[in-house]
Amino acid sequence: MKIAVLSGKGGTGKTFVSTNLARVIESSIYLDCDVEEPNGHLFLRGPVLETDPVALPIPVVDDKLCDGCKKCVDFCQFNALAYTGQRVIVFDKICHSCGGCEIICPQNAIKEIPREIGKIEIRSYEDTRLYTGMLNTGEESGTSIIGNLLQKVSEEDSVVIDCPPGSSCVVMDSIKDADYCVLVAEPSIFGAHNLKMVHQLVKLFEKPLGVVLNKTLGDENPSEDYCREKGLDILIRIPWSDELGRYNAEGMIAAEQKGEYWQMFSDLLHRIKEEVKG
Amino acid sequence: MIIGIPADIEDMDGPVSGSFGRAPYYFIYDNEKKIGHFVQNTAANAQGGAGVKAAQILVDQKVEVAISPQLGENAAMVLRDANIELFMPEDGSLMDNVLLFKDGKLEQLNNIHEGFHKH
Repeated sequence: MKIAVLSGKGGTGKTFVSTNLARVIESSIYLDCDVEEPNGHLFLRGPVLETDPVALPIPVVDDKLCDGCKKCVDFCQFNALAYTGQRVIVFDKICHSCGGCEIICPQNAIKEIPREIGKIEIRSYEDTRLYTGMLNTGEESGTSIIGNLLQKVSEEDSVVIDCPPGSSCVVMDSIKDADYCVLVAEPSIFGAHNLKMVHQLVKLFEKPLGVVLNKTLGDENPSEDYCREKGLDILIRIPWSDELGRYNAEGMIAAEQKGEYWQMFSDLLHRIKEEVKG
Repeated sequence: MIIGIPADIEDMDGPVSGSFGRAPYYFIYDNEKKIGHFVQNTAANAQGGAGVKAAQILVDQKVEVAISPQLGENAAMVLRDANIELFMPEDGSLMDNVLLFKDGKLEQLNNIHEGFHKH
């Protein structure tokens, strides 16, 4: 089973929920798909066992073979190539690595070569295995790293996917293989707005979903109002707590610190399993 | 010498566009033949790489001088590699700026920004 944990904004508690969930699942795999700022390994701490580089094929043009026909420039749908009269310039960060320019070049002047854009670090913590996707600073798109991360797991594995914040392409890539989506939401108007955005995204993918209301304070909770209005399942409510804040700040897993938190995340897992079984 | 300037409307008495890559038109003026025409910027609504494609349009128009208030670094790289000289416009219309350039009254463009990629 693959459980994706996502939210419309950063700081709602995706990593908090994912890491704790990963710990209450036996022999779990934790995929950190938040490749721009992965932080699960700050909680599930272990030495790096292996590092896999992630590279994308990028075209390189042989100026001696190029006759300036511009077929590659006209073909590129992403405007990653320009012909200046002197040579073809390739803009690596605009290129989507489709390989079309190499195929279309009548002079065979274009060859793709791999360019490293990030890496996957593999760690082990207790009986949890961590795969951390890391996008190099300055790179624009981590989708290929997320693709590689998802290939690390098989159907039988129990997987928790810590998604990037928001509702962009990288989030869509992160949830596409998920059996269940957990939406983490804060008790504010802004939080409810972000919940709505991810809810709409998950609906598009027709995935079963439930909501974790995090940092709840008293009665007023616009995110809870949204759940009621849309008939969304509220899986658990996690109250605002200095204690949880302290554990988080010290890189501790709450479920390992206190039985009541272990129970809370076990209950969450139980709810999810029931929902998936349908 | 052929001059290229980003334009908001197809009128040589109209203003210079504030954007290079996203301007809807370019005013192309042939200083020898004393005629100007407009080309559409097919990159104006591109999701990405607008500056690259827009620069390619000017290269394909055989432009030798570009006048623009600002320029992204990708577009600048293409224009410079094509040996296109870059100048800053003054207040006034497209045609005013052609005349100012001819009189040597425009300054070279140094305002190259990092682009607005995906922002």
